[in-house]
Amino acid sequence: MKEQLNPTRQGLYDPQHEHDSCGVGFVVDLKGRKSNKIVRDGVQILLNLEHRGACGAEKNTGDGAGILIQVPHAFLVAASAEAKGRITLPAAGQYGVGMVFLPSDPGSRAACEHLFEKVVRDEGQRVLGWREVPVDSRMLGPTARRSQPVIKQLFIARQSSIKDDDAFERKLYVIRRRARHAVRRLEIPEKASFYIASLSSRTIVYKGMLNCDQLTAFYLDLQDERVESALALVHSRFSTNTFPNWSRAHPYRMIAHNGEINTLRGNVNWMHARESMFASKLFGDDLAKCIPVVDTEGSDSGMFDNVLELLFLAGRSLPHAMMMMIPEPWSNHESMSRARKDFYEFHGCLMEPWDGPASVAFTDGVRIGATLDRNGLRPSRYYVTKDGLVVMASEVGVLDIPPERILEKGRLQPGRMFLVDTSQGRIIGDDEIKDEMAAAAPYGQWLKENLISIADLPKPPSVIEPDHDTVLRRQEAFGYTSEDLKVLVAPMATDGVEANGSMGTDTPLAVLSDKPQLLYSYFKQLFAQVTNPPVDAIREEIIMAVDTAIGPEGNLLEPTPASARQIGLSTPVLRNEELEKLRNLDGGAGSHGFKSITLPALYDVTAGGAGLRSGIEALRSAATHAIADGNNIIILSDRGHDRDRAPIPALLAIASVQHHLLREGSRTRVGLVLESGEPREVHHFALLLGYGASAINPYLAFESLHDMIKTGLLAGDAEKAEQKYVKAVGKGIVKVCSKMGISTIQSYHGAQVFEAIGLNQPFIDEYFTWTASRVEGIGIDEVSDEVRQRHARAFPARPLPEETLEPGGQYQYRRNGEFHLFNPESIHKLQLACRTGDFKVFKEYSRLIDDQSRHLCTLRGLMDLKSTRQPVPLDEVEPMEAILKRFKTGAMSYGSISKEAHETLAIAMNRIGGKSNTGEGGEDPARFVLDANGDSRRSAIKQVASGRFGVTSQYLVSADEIQIKMAQGAKPGEGGQLPGSKVYPWIAKVRYSTPGVGLISPPPHHDIYSIEDLAQLIHDLKNANPRARISVKLVAEVGVGTIAAGVAKAHADLVLISGHDGGTGASPLTSVKHAGAPWELGLAEAHQVLVLNGLRSRIVVETDGQLKTGRDVVVAALLGAEEFGFSTAPLVSVGCIMMRVCHLNTCPVGVATQNPELRKKFTGKPENAVNFMRFVAAEVRELMAELGFRTLNEMIGHTEHLEMKPAVDHWKARGLDFSKILYQPQVGPEVGRYRTLDQDHGLDSSLDMTTILPLCEPAIARGEKVAASIPIRNVNRVVGTITGSEITRKYGPDGLPDDTIKLKFTGSAGQSFGAFLPRGMTLTLEGDANDYVGKGLSGGRIIVYPSKEATFAAEENILIGNVALYGATAGEAFFRGVAGERFAVRNSGASAVVEGVGDHGCEYMTGGRVVIIGGSGRNFAAGMSGGVAYVLDEAQTFAKRCNKEMVGLDKLEDPEEAKLVHGLVLRHAQLTGSKRAEEILATWKEWVPYFVRVMPNDYRRVLETQKKMRDQGLSQEEAEMAAFELNAKDTARLGGK
Amino acid sequence: MGKLTGFMEFERREDPGRDPRTRVRDWKEFHDHLPEATLKEQGARCMDCGVPFCHTGTLLAGGASGCPINNLIPEWNDLVYRGQWHEALVRLHKTNNFPEFTGRVCPAPCEGSCVLGISEPAVSIKSIECAIVDKGFEEGWIVAEAPLKRTGKTVAVVGSGPAGLACAAQLNRAGHTVTVFERDDRIGGLLMYGIPPMKLEKHLVDRRVNLLAEEGVKFVTGAHIGKNYPTDKLRASFDAVVLAGGATAARDLPVEGRNLGGVHFAMEFLLKSCKSLLDSNFADGQYLNAKGKNVIVIGGGDTGTDCVGTSLRHGCKSLVQFEILPRPPTLRADDNPWPQWPRIYKLDYGQEEAAALFGADPRQYVTVTKGLVGDGAGNVKALHTVEVDWVKNGDGRFNMKEKPGSERVWPAELVLLAMGFVGPEKPGLLADLGVALDGRGNVAVDREKATSVPGVFAAGDMSRGQSLIVWAIAEGRAAARGVDRYLMGETLLP
Repeated sequence: MKEQLNPTRQGLYDPQHEHDSCGVGFVVDLKGRKSNKIVRDGVQILLNLEHRGACGAEKNTGDGAGILIQVPHAFLVAASAEAKGRITLPAAGQYGVGMVFLPSDPGSRAACEHLFEKVVRDEGQRVLGWREVPVDSRMLGPTARRSQPVIKQLFIARQSSIKDDDAFERKLYVIRRRARHAVRRLEIPEKASFYIASLSSRTIVYKGMLNCDQLTAFYLDLQDERVESALALVHSRFSTNTFPNWSRAHPYRMIAHNGEINTLRGNVNWMHARESMFASKLFGDDLAKCIPVVDTEGSDSGMFDNVLELLFLAGRSLPHAMMMMIPEPWSNHESMSRARKDFYEFHGCLMEPWDGPASVAFTDGVRIGATLDRNGLRPSRYYVTKDGLVVMASEVGVLDIPPERILEKGRLQPGRMFLVDTSQGRIIGDDEIKDEMAAAAPYGQWLKENLISIADLPKPPSVIEPDHDTVLRRQEAFGYTSEDLKVLVAPMATDGVEANGSMGTDTPLAVLSDKPQLLYSYFKQLFAQVTNPPVDAIREEIIMAVDTAIGPEGNLLEPTPASARQIGLSTPVLRNEELEKLRNLDGGAGSHGFKSITLPALYDVTAGGAGLRSGIEALRSAATHAIADGNNIIILSDRGHDRDRAPIPALLAIASVQHHLLREGSRTRVGLVLESGEPREVHHFALLLGYGASAINPYLAFESLHDMIKTGLLAGDAEKAEQKYVKAVGKGIVKVCSKMGISTIQSYHGAQVFEAIGLNQPFIDEYFTWTASRVEGIGIDEVSDEVRQRHARAFPARPLPEETLEPGGQYQYRRNGEFHLFNPESIHKLQLACRTGDFKVFKEYSRLIDDQSRHLCTLRGLMDLKSTRQPVPLDEVEPMEAILKRFKTGAMSYGSISKEAHETLAIAMNRIGGKSNTGEGGEDPARFVLDANGDSRRSAIKQVASGRFGVTSQYLVSADEIQIKMAQGAKPGEGGQLPGSKVYPWIAKVRYSTPGVGLISPPPHHDIYSIEDLAQLIHDLKNANPRARISVKLVAEVGVGTIAAGVAKAHADLVLISGHDGGTGASPLTSVKHAGAPWELGLAEAHQVLVLNGLRSRIVVETDGQLKTGRDVVVAALLGAEEFGFSTAPLVSVGCIMMRVCHLNTCPVGVATQNPELRKKFTGKPENAVNFMRFVAAEVRELMAELGFRTLNEMIGHTEHLEMKPAVDHWKARGLDFSKILYQPQVGPEVGRYRTLDQDHGLDSSLDMTTILPLCEPAIARGEKVAASIPIRNVNRVVGTITGSEITRKYGPDGLPDDTIKLKFTGSAGQSFGAFLPRGMTLTLEGDANDYVGKGLSGGRIIVYPSKEATFAAEENILIGNVALYGATAGEAFFRGVAGERFAVRNSGASAVVEGVGDHGCEYMTGGRVVIIGGSGRNFAAGMSGGVAYVLDEAQTFAKRCNKEMVGLDKLEDPEEAKLVHGLVLRHAQLTGSKRAEEILATWKEWVPYFVRVMPNDYRRVLETQKKMRDQGLSQEEAEMAAFELNAKDTARLGGK
Repeated sequence: MGKLTGFMEFERREDPGRDPRTRVRDWKEFHDHLPEATLKEQGARCMDCGVPFCHTGTLLAGGASGCPINNLIPEWNDLVYRGQWHEALVRLHKTNNFPEFTGRVCPAPCEGSCVLGISEPAVSIKSIECAIVDKGFEEGWIVAEAPLKRTGKTVAVVGSGPAGLACAAQLNRAGHTVTVFERDDRIGGLLMYGIPPMKLEKHLVDRRVNLLAEEGVKFVTGAHIGKNYPTDKLRASFDAVVLAGGATAARDLPVEGRNLGGVHFAMEFLLKSCKSLLDSNFADGQYLNAKGKNVIVIGGGDTGTDCVGTSLRHGCKSLVQFEILPRPPTLRADDNPWPQWPRIYKLDYGQEEAAALFGADPRQYVTVTKGLVGDGAGNVKALHTVEVDWVKNGDGRFNMKEKPGSERVWPAELVLLAMGFVGPEKPGLLADLGVALDGRGNVAVDREKATSVPGVFAAGDMSRGQSLIVWAIAEGRAAARGVDRYLMGETLLP
């Protein structure tokens, strides 16, 4: 490597945030027969997974590809004999081979080689020699070539002192670790490129920064027919950004991973903490040489591999180690054996899961297998052939195998393992492996003897009672406001759940606030977007685990029964009594071996920052001493605060002790418990857990509840209130975890998934190590000053009589509370200006917003525009129209806002040539027709969100831009819910649902669990409307830049970076306030990373989030945006008065309500919004003239025209530093800074364009019938969709008559087969299909059955992949075989017959009919609010696997219904030739009793009421409204509550 | 918040007041109180806005919009709805020292900017405010609370109107020893003698003053600083001085006949009437009696209305009130949108009473007085007027133009001038201190309410010019903060 090309941290880019994801697969000969064919098959799999990988700006620079095979002994013997130095290899197994990447600098290389050899000798082994691996780099892209290392194989001979093969592997591991550590310590150039891809006597890894098709061309070895292996593990990488990185390609030494570890930071910290306790008989003294065991500069997969390898080499079997690291969800499992649960529970005491979406293929060279994460978020399918070949991959169809050879087709299921043992020559099933593992030790006994529930601890002698007299003083000391009580605490104690809010947040960032802020407010929750999915903690509760345990840990490598000596908690929130129980553990009798100590977390407040610093030091050393004294539970307490001693901010106390003990290596010896008056809202608890608290006792929150009850502010009794409060906090924490895709609190503990805004680096490094904080800010002195201000209120020198809490004003404006950008004055001025068209008044408004000299609020408020160019006359600046076309209104659904408001904005945007956005909620087709006056009410942007409401072929075809909403500023990582009382008939119509029945938008898109899935959806939508731009909406957070690069590589035409402060119709308050980052950061990061990658020129960058004035737009453009979205401000211009009750349907100005009476109060006019947009554009032009720009494009990314306001003397803001935001990557002039190129969507080579569309021309042009037969492969994706879009474009929503086009395919279909297929098209597939069959089906028909040649039983084998019929609105589908997970998810109108489904079947379904004549997985019907499923339950076990939260189960008794089901089964038999269906039809009467009808309760009730109304003589329309009203009044029975 | 849909379910209810025909026969409050159940419903109408304009006093288009003392209106509305009267009182007192005054005499800019007012009648905030504090007194919740600690610092407050009293109350809470100086014989300033008793019964003022005295505020009456009490002495005896003497210089009517007998400033008329009532139930005759006279009130504002109400109670023969501006529209005009102060036609209590007795609203709009004619004995006999048109001139301002042929003559034996005030009286105290004045002749102050003279602060009408009682309270509180910080270096006063 000539130069270190891999960009290091610069600007806002940090390599740490790189994500990858990929295609993974393996092929193995069951009997362990080695052949070159297996290797070639492996390569072939890779080639067929190419579309799951990606390449960056250079076509020929891939993100990485690789293969792991058994050591090809025969080949290596021959090759090394031919090599320079003529190496003679001993017998197979008697030597190890290392695949080593070396620096290209000869001196450095020699130093590395020399050092490596020395380590081998030191470890008593013999170096046989180095073989230069022959490579051909001609086809590599320039970036890959420039960074290409020298690749050599090192041969090491096993010496006689090594007793067995395993010991030799261990020794090789020790050598590898030592060599790595030693090279890291060298002072030589390019040492970072030293990397050992593998060092083993069993396996070898060939990998690099390659495309799939480059792998064999590059490594000449792989072209050699003498290379033989019985197994091949392959991987194709899709990295979010393309920076040269040869080592990050997979496979690693033992795994190839498709997924992401969300809890990585915690996992790594905990592993590090455990190292001091490591001891292993197998390793003996060698173990110390390997520490640290985790290479923190590697990727998450690399670190996972590090730990797995250690667990394996220290004596556990590979499956055992995998079960520890990725346990299946066991705690809520309805049918798992006790023994297996005991296994998991015991191992849960040893280490936390590595949580996140994952399909991990693993091998030790003899056994090869794969496991899927607990939620099954990555597809994994396998074939077993009659002659003993097993093929597993992310997709089917990766190898051409004649159907008649196939014995079995299967898929990996969530949390399940699949293992091939070549030494035994068989597949070992999940149950067999795990049962055997569970039986290996008396785990249950061990748990019984050691793990104790907190409930079983002895009752404490006394419990501290709330002290009402001091409550107010304490509340003041901890900064409570009356708003905290009313808005946050009281609702939790009343409803058992955190309150919702609406609109966005327009208050200052904590660091800009004049008010003293709690430290929590400086942290923002991170969340999952694109590269990993958030989790639906409510509907998919079966995968969540809330239980935690506190107490010390033992030696991870050699556990004993006592390793389970911990105290189990069902929630991390402790009541006072529970805390006293812990406090009373003194190590004596009845203490179960626990000894606790309470340490005061207080400091001398008069000593300021120095006092706080020394208070922390005292606390830290007290903790160290406490551990030395044998305490294993430490309680940090601020109860003792008084006039002189103030509480150390609880978060600071916890985090500082956590990091101190981590550094000391003693953290796992104790449980860390917090007793504090400070935490009260969900965000506080999440942070405390995330930074290391094992349990939290919020005593003042409890006391406040008691006090409110006493003063009558809260009804009910104190005990109930406390219980509900604790429950609400627990739920809230789970929700925060789930936003990040984390499903176990144990893994969230210490995982630090937060970003800081406004804290300086020394402070972060000392107390919140590893946390991202990018604009600097305050440090310990200012933190202590904030404490002092609160403390002074509580303990004033001159107390005032009759004091009460301050009002607050975070959520609702208060004059002396927190500042809001939208306040009475600015709202009034904006409305006045937009109503009267008076630009002068608008300027008064924008001055109120822009001039933040008195009230700091936003990062941009602290920026000054700086002109270094000659100003230009205003008339030379591009016309207003050129600017207006870049303007958009934000995604506000019809449903969250009224028809009047929605259409007013649409008309306004169409008048000015901008774009409005449908939001998630469909669009009434009536709006596609122009109004009499020429106005158009059509929204140019159609949003596609996780609920897919109203996403039909026609909806997509009528879009100019299709926006995939990955996240929303007000609630990133969350879904939404429209309660039944808001699903008015007109809303239901455009959403294809039932009036009065609640609707759920899931947190994740169930077809986007990874970056390559997003690429797939982009591709799907592009097919559905090739004329529309595809946009992806992200929310700013640290790392969004690399995600944006991934989005660009996934071929999006536009990426939108939303600020955290964007609006919402309803969102939990913790999300509105505490999730996500300002757009200034996200936008700048995205722009910088895109430029660094050379990708900026192929994607439009848009931003939104509280954009209010022309200056906002100019700042955004200079930071890198070329399009701009506005939501709140245009809403205010048409009458919104920031009531913030959108979620309550009581908007008094008719904007955000569906109530017909309130809608009448809407007075907004399109001209108001037009005025707003034109005013903003006018301001933009004025500023452009001042700055000297004629066009907006010239400005984009030119941060040299921005500077931080000089002489900011705000006591907190003066510590800020914007240099990272204003950074410009140093790239050549050839790298574009705004969009100039079109993305290549590759539609031209699609099956539709090359074959289907020409074939169907007569049908499309003239409605003639067309039929054809076409072969298909897994690389043929989204088949039929382009053709369908042409039909919809021409014939509208009704399409063509059924069966006008009949296409018959043979083979394995690629993903999204038949997506958005309209009526008139029938696709028949003989073979099998991958994920997303019939996604968004819009009236077409899909028929799939296995090859006629196949001999296996269709109904027992997997036929189609996951997430079939997602968001289907109409049409039919018949599947002769088993479908994967989430069949018919969010179906709202299609009918389907299938012979078996995986987990989460019919999830969130709102309409349609599904007949399942076979088995069903777990969690069936979760969140299902409409439609009916009929499940043939032969084994009578269905009820247990069904989620009955929202549905009722009945027999199929109604004869009409039975007829309908019979009819569907009959058609299924006719269309697919199903034997199973024939069998059932033959003896129909006997089968009927076995059908279970699954029907949502609300749906049934509404339909029944509608029928009653019709019977009373009402029309269908009247009946719907009447039933809706009846339902809405009946609040007790509202759906989804 | 209390009831989410309250605003859709309940209509605005106002206290109708006692029957105008009977109430003019006494000097008791003309208000009536709504029953508790109704008040709760009215509280339920509050929407607990995200941006409560009612709570936020600002000046928009020259008028007050929202509450100048930032009453926590949504909070106590909700508490009243839920029957939490005591908590409501606590939240009310947090921002307002004297809700029993504002609840009666404030023109309620809060209601003018109430968000519900965009499409429905506003929430009856003022009635609720009054009910909360009345209930507080009734229940005995409002008792004197002396400061916990004395600072040893002394402050003089000159003037005992709402600004002075609010300032004194706050400074006393903070532990300072406060002395309030009043030139009249009773404490209260405008509260005592400016506002007639039917609007604010005087025992209510006494009740609050007594509470303050109990809490430790000292009151000195009959002390006219700069006249019968040397300014120097004041300066020398106190650590700080707050000027809260009001804007008492009345605007005069420079027309012929102004000096005739029977022509008086409104304030003289109101003060004397009130004092005579309180001293002797009018037995001393020390007041300007309107009985049997044709009364003309010049000026259509609140003081004018008070003159109307007082004259009617004296038993005047006839009554006319002149207003120079045109009659305002019944609904908001386009150039007067919400949340601006609504410039709409309103029938205040005095006009309502006049209409009940004499059959019509006594106001004559667009009327300008041209001259006064005497009866030969030096007393006024008649008054000449002309009507005017308001026309926009070139720069968009309105100018008056007399309407030819609209001249009229009105019989009058008592003419009351209620045309507002032009600022504080300069001679005496202000001149002695030498404080700087602003462009409008008011005492110039900074954000801390400090004047150009160190240690001297000013609040209320004296520095702001003629204004509302709520502004006076707001100013008094702000001055208290300024003084506290001046004396102690920091302040926790709200």
